[in-house]
Amino acid sequence: MSTLTLTRATLLKDLRMEWRSKDAINSMLFFALLVVVIFSFAFNPTAEESRHIAGGLIWVAFLFAAVVALNQTWARELRNQVLDAYRVSPAPPNALFLAKAIGNFLFVVVLECLMTPLFVVFYELRSVGPVWQLIVVALLGTWALVVNGTFFAALSIRTRSREIMLPLILFPISIPALLGMVDATTSILTGEASPVFWIKLLAVYDIVFTAICLMLFETVLNAE
Amino acid sequence: MSRSDPHSPPVIVLENLVKFFGRFAALRGISASFAPGRLYVVLGDNGAGKSTLLRVVAGLMEPSQGSCTLLGAKKVREVAHRVGYMGHAPLLYDELSGMENLRYFAGLYGIHDDEVSRTAMRMVGLDPDLARRVGQYSQGMRQRLSLARAILHGPELLLLDEPFSNVDAHSARDMAAVLGRVRDQNKTIFVVTHQAALMEGVADEFVHMAAGLIVSRDEVSRAADAATSEARPAR
Repeated sequence: MSTLTLTRATLLKDLRMEWRSKDAINSMLFFALLVVVIFSFAFNPTAEESRHIAGGLIWVAFLFAAVVALNQTWARELRNQVLDAYRVSPAPPNALFLAKAIGNFLFVVVLECLMTPLFVVFYELRSVGPVWQLIVVALLGTWALVVNGTFFAALSIRTRSREIMLPLILFPISIPALLGMVDATTSILTGEASPVFWIKLLAVYDIVFTAICLMLFETVLNAE
Repeated sequence: MSRSDPHSPPVIVLENLVKFFGRFAALRGISASFAPGRLYVVLGDNGAGKSTLLRVVAGLMEPSQGSCTLLGAKKVREVAHRVGYMGHAPLLYDELSGMENLRYFAGLYGIHDDEVSRTAMRMVGLDPDLARRVGQYSQGMRQRLSLARAILHGPELLLLDEPFSNVDAHSARDMAAVLGRVRDQNKTIFVVTHQAALMEGVADEFVHMAAGLIVSRDEVSRAADAATSEARPAR
């Protein structure tokens, strides 16, 4: 019974359940759409100004939308106390964590794919730097958000006001990653600086926090 | 009724088991051992510590003091594949069908043969081809499926918390009969219930709990006592 096999089985189960309920993706899409539209009316920037502020706007929108999905992650496991069925089984806890993190990653990537054209239209965005670097930043940045988000969502499932607890814990610890995402995105969009340093920072952040989350998840899962 | 060998090592050994919730002691120093191949029915008032005891034995809770040896292991995780647990809640995904649920949980035990899940469903009287999602099941069907989930990997030790709650009399009798058949395969079963009368025909031993302690163990049904105690207000 390998971790990989169980990760795949749990991921497929979660994707099937999301496909049927569409709880996470609908709420994320609706939230992100609101942010894009409201910000575009509030700021009404020129194309040049947009390039300078879009990095921040995009990632703030995705961060808040991701929190909506992250709160749903463990809600399904708490309903009918299904998490207990996993806990009494011999299945490795990290398989559950990886499946949840990868599932959230896929949901947020789908959201980003759907929302990016809207950002381009509403803010008249044209990238001066290479677009492939934006894709790298998006993937590394999204993983940084969801790996910590999945972990802290698990940490807060037994608290009474977990919807508030998650952003309270997640946002401060995500500041270095958020800084990296925003600065890298702005650098690529404006072409004024190299994003390489920020991309490296994001990569290191991802590796370090993925390792820490994997090390601590079993303790979090079994905490009563 | 029991198929157990009196010289077999005990399945569960509890030594001075204590569990605190804040300052409240839910278990107050339980020491006991339980032989294999028997069906134990755990009775007691609300708040007597029955479910807490079962959760500690299942490894879902750490005891505050004392120890629990399960199938010879100090850590439940080492013998998790030999233990089945059915909680008070059904422990099932509402968005999936019965077979989808069982297929997933079988995978957690390294079982990838669909026939195992189908057999477990048939054993509890459910149709494996039923495409309806569990969210649309009746309470009785959920409990049956939950039992199927607990037994599908053929555990040597089965821990069941209120398996008959909200189940109609007919379904409850069927489930009790299934438990009798499972016990006859030399499995050890613990059933926490308020419905002692249902288990009279199949139980080997009644374990009575009160205020976090095991107060008596006997093979005589105390259904009438249990019914009376249930009518009393919870502690």
